[in-house]
Amino acid sequence: MQVSITINGEEHTRDIEPRVLLVHFLREELGLTGTHWGCDTSNCGICTVQVDGLPVKSCTMLAAMAAGHDVRTVEGLEGADGLDPVQQGFMNEHGLQCGFCTPGMMMTARALLDRNPHPSDTEIREAISGNLCRCTGYENIIRSIRWAAQHDSEVTA
Amino acid sequence: MQIPAAFDYARAGSVEEAISLLEQHGEDARLIAGGHSLLPMMKLRLAAPSVLIDINDLTDLQRISVDGDVLRIGAMVRHAELLDSAVAGEHFRILHDAERVIADPIVRNRGTIGGSLCHADPAEDLSAVLAALKAELVVRGSAGARAVPVRELQDGPFETVLRPAEIATEIRIPIRAGAGSAYTKVHRCTGDYAVAAAGAVVWLDGNTISDVGIALAAVGAPHNVGAATEDAVRGRAADDETIELAGRTASEECRPHTDQRGPADYKRALVGELTKRALRSAIARCRGEEQ
Repeated sequence: MQVSITINGEEHTRDIEPRVLLVHFLREELGLTGTHWGCDTSNCGICTVQVDGLPVKSCTMLAAMAAGHDVRTVEGLEGADGLDPVQQGFMNEHGLQCGFCTPGMMMTARALLDRNPHPSDTEIREAISGNLCRCTGYENIIRSIRWAAQHDSEVTA
Repeated sequence: MQIPAAFDYARAGSVEEAISLLEQHGEDARLIAGGHSLLPMMKLRLAAPSVLIDINDLTDLQRISVDGDVLRIGAMVRHAELLDSAVAGEHFRILHDAERVIADPIVRNRGTIGGSLCHADPAEDLSAVLAALKAELVVRGSAGARAVPVRELQDGPFETVLRPAEIATEIRIPIRAGAGSAYTKVHRCTGDYAVAAAGAVVWLDGNTISDVGIALAAVGAPHNVGAATEDAVRGRAADDETIELAGRTASEECRPHTDQRGPADYKRALVGELTKRALRSAIARCRGEEQ
């Protein structure tokens, strides 16, 4: 079947089998390997992308179901002015060790800050409770998201 | 790599079209809403529908409203939307208690209320909560609509009384004055199903429990309710003695299995404690003593 999905602002059309999952569409059809692929069971959150602005686990959504919707991946985080504050925060606060969970963590963090620009630490913990860090580096991840929240307004101002 | 068996895909633009597609493709066709229960089962080949009918465009089924003395929740309302709904929480705190511990925030962005009910997992939280609330599920087929009490919806694990070409459209919860409600769950980690969970809805007349609903999830209670506990508590004073009685009765009437989430006797003990906590909290909320 033919599927057209807007990804990071650009429409992509491909002929695919209906059973192709969004994560594989991104990685294999489009070569957008920034979105990682992990547990395959919607537990780990590694494959998190945004669909219409909301974080979604792309291993548990058919590409066909994303047709006609706006998908944003980690490749779409960086803007014309440079890195997104979330990316800068993960750099500054050492929010990654092996980097496997990082794209999903950042897409979840971006969606959180878009909805709640000044989250408490509890709200940050709750927001990323569906994203697992295999290195267990949660403290630095929370610090990174806090850094992004503190610097978001400087970038958008 | 987990990939479902091959299937054909169709998108329904209306409830009527979904019903007509179901009739056209027969019993091997399945509706897909959020897909967070169905797709994992398809990946494991526990389910292999020949046709998936995507109903995510049915935004008419995504509303939450109060209509007279009924709270109406569209079948396509996402878990995150129910958790965000002020009107749902204002009438039934148990809905928000449960939503906070269902899956994780990302999964809640996709999973739907109607999908959860129709998947009929005996460990699913809302199936128990909506049974305790004496809600009805409205289902439609080409012959028209009918209301199925949530207490009669499940026909065994992962089975419902829905006919092959019927679609769930709405949950209706009766609103009666003097209600308080709460849900308590023990799970191993965020996103996991319950080891055991209990919820309570009480309606107080003065200090008397005029009516009560007891939710029991994941512990083998028929239709996910504590029917014997409800009978034991109804008409009694809302005091510590009644709360103890509820805990004892729920612990006795549930039928948990030993599995990787714990031994049966541990779950039975949990049910007693969780039922007491839920009932105590529901009563306190009814009296305005607990937020």
